[in-house]
Amino acid sequence: MSLKNTLYAATALSLVGAFGAVAETITIATVNNGDMIRMQGYTDKFTAATGIDVEWVTLEENVLRQRVTTDITTKGGQFDIMTIGMYETPIWGANGWLVALDDLSAEYNAADILPAMAGGLSHDGTLYAAPFYGESSMIMYRTDLMEKAGLEMPKSPTWDFIRQAAAAMTDRDAEINGICLRGKAGWGEGGAFITAMSNSFGAQWFDMDWGATFDQEPWKNTLTFFKGMMDESGPAGYATNGFNENLSLFQQGKCGMWIDATVAASFVTNPDDSTVADKVGFALAPNTGMGKNSNWLWAWALAVPAGTQKEAEAKQFIEWATSTDYIDLVAASEGWANVPPGARTSLYENPEYQKVPFAQMTLDSILSADPNDSTVNESPYVGVQFAAIPEFAGIATEVSQEFSAAYAGQQTIEEALAKAQALTNDAMEAAGYR
Amino acid sequence: MARSVTTQRKAINTAIAWAIGLLIFFPILWTILTSFKTEGQAIASPPIFLNFDWTLENYAIVQERSNYMRFLWNSVIIAGGSTLLGIVIAVPAAWSMAFVPGKWTKDILLWMLSTKMLPAVGVLYPIYLLFVRMGILDSRVGLVIIMMLINLPIIVWMLYTYFKEIPSEILEAARMDGATLKDEIIHVLTPMAIPGIASTVLLNFILAWNEAFWTLNLTSVNAAPLTAFIASYSSPEGLFYAKLSAASTMAIAPILILGWFSQKQLVSGLTFGAVK
Repeated sequence: MSLKNTLYAATALSLVGAFGAVAETITIATVNNGDMIRMQGYTDKFTAATGIDVEWVTLEENVLRQRVTTDITTKGGQFDIMTIGMYETPIWGANGWLVALDDLSAEYNAADILPAMAGGLSHDGTLYAAPFYGESSMIMYRTDLMEKAGLEMPKSPTWDFIRQAAAAMTDRDAEINGICLRGKAGWGEGGAFITAMSNSFGAQWFDMDWGATFDQEPWKNTLTFFKGMMDESGPAGYATNGFNENLSLFQQGKCGMWIDATVAASFVTNPDDSTVADKVGFALAPNTGMGKNSNWLWAWALAVPAGTQKEAEAKQFIEWATSTDYIDLVAASEGWANVPPGARTSLYENPEYQKVPFAQMTLDSILSADPNDSTVNESPYVGVQFAAIPEFAGIATEVSQEFSAAYAGQQTIEEALAKAQALTNDAMEAAGYR
Repeated sequence: MARSVTTQRKAINTAIAWAIGLLIFFPILWTILTSFKTEGQAIASPPIFLNFDWTLENYAIVQERSNYMRFLWNSVIIAGGSTLLGIVIAVPAAWSMAFVPGKWTKDILLWMLSTKMLPAVGVLYPIYLLFVRMGILDSRVGLVIIMMLINLPIIVWMLYTYFKEIPSEILEAARMDGATLKDEIIHVLTPMAIPGIASTVLLNFILAWNEAFWTLNLTSVNAAPLTAFIASYSSPEGLFYAKLSAASTMAIAPILILGWFSQKQLVSGLTFGAVK
């Protein structure tokens, strides 16, 4: 080999080495749940296709919220992609903390994102986070127990029917509770459930002047109905039960009905974990005939914090992870029941996915929740089970603690509502809304 | 008769001690047992104690999903580094307070302790901003510094208590023999206070190992210790109890083993000077 050729070879090797040295790594903060963990397992395919390495920081939901909020408000720059929800996205988008996702590729087909999801993840019509999966809430019920009780579940039942059915299905000797619902304190736990339920009773968090409305009749009706029904037919200690506790009870055959996140449908129908997998039916969350069902709307979505040095790579990952190709990849490996649901219209038009027993009810539930029109009377806020204002999480956590104390019998419903009214108005005044 | 009463009392005391010990240890035992169950068995009601099909599946999943050794190494560096740095700073501080007390010594000691009463979240943002500006966010150096600062009041207090038990005449004798201040601290004081220093080191190592507020909030990838490893298996939506238990068992195992082997030093240090 001549000297010239040797130099060429050395130069080529150097270029290859340099290329390898600048291969980008993006850091993603995400929440610990089944769909997100599954995505992590497929990251190698993204890296193989793009040469972009991915570092995952997986945290519990509440820890993640605190962690990413601290980082984005201080411009810490620790993450190139953050997993956030419908509550944070419009607020952070309005503050200019997120990169607008308005230049996604034509192949990505952003118009395919379910309108309810796109609306909840936008500010002023601009998308700031791409939904990885979306959910609403619905009724999951035991078909065998319903039949035994001599009742038939309507597609869209009333709360009165649910209470009657719960009482009929309850069998304390057999350890069967007619209904299992969240009572646990926390704005994302029992707080989310009771807020969505209150919408169907004509209640709302704030009037048009941002005043609390807990002193009004619809809230008293909501809490009185909830506590009455749960005392009659709910499990012992329901005031401290959240999603996981109720999932556990339902999977062990100890709940006649469970109203909770639509993503739970895949858990309760999975024969590996659920003893009642082949006896589960689905229906829309209940109403009172006032025009609103008691279901919520939520999405875990991927967003790019403003200021990241790797915006192009981050967007590339988001396009990959929230694409129809990713859904096809999961379906091919793990079956259609395990694909991330609730994000894309085309998924629900897919004949294969339509065979999944809970697919249509999930879509119907998502479509029946409107974050911009969630209450019977006019309200000043966006959001179904939350009000998309920065102060809400703190206020709602305290309010839900008062409600849980009432469920547990530590105070009356009237006392809990009076405290909720006072603390909410105090916080809103301190924040300058009133 | 007297001997029989004494023996009976001893047996009762032993039984009570065992009962209390088992009660305290039970959550750890339950965590370890749960780590060998399936997710279904982990949430079974009534709970299953021993009669289940033991599986190592959770450990395999945790090993596959997380780089345990990286988290472990970070924990060792952060807990070890902060403890050693704290001792280096606290020994001279405690010496001066114990043997050359001033007018404000007790006030300073109380003030130091009062910093432990401040809720950590109250200073999260200032500390976070400082770390961002200094470029030490998600670094072991940053974590070593913050953990040392957090535990320094306890280290100083413990060493101060131990040093107060050492007769000052011995130090005076060393000075008479021509020992410098450095010699006095390194060659006279420190060897005499070894049990106390050892227990201080162990206790603060354990405190730093278990600390979960700063280690979660100031790290992401490079410096994340075992507390972050555990946090990645906790979830309010989805059943991860068995995997969480496996991760917890792996996280506490090293410190449990260390505590087991050093319990003699720990107890002798903690009771140092208790009986006069």
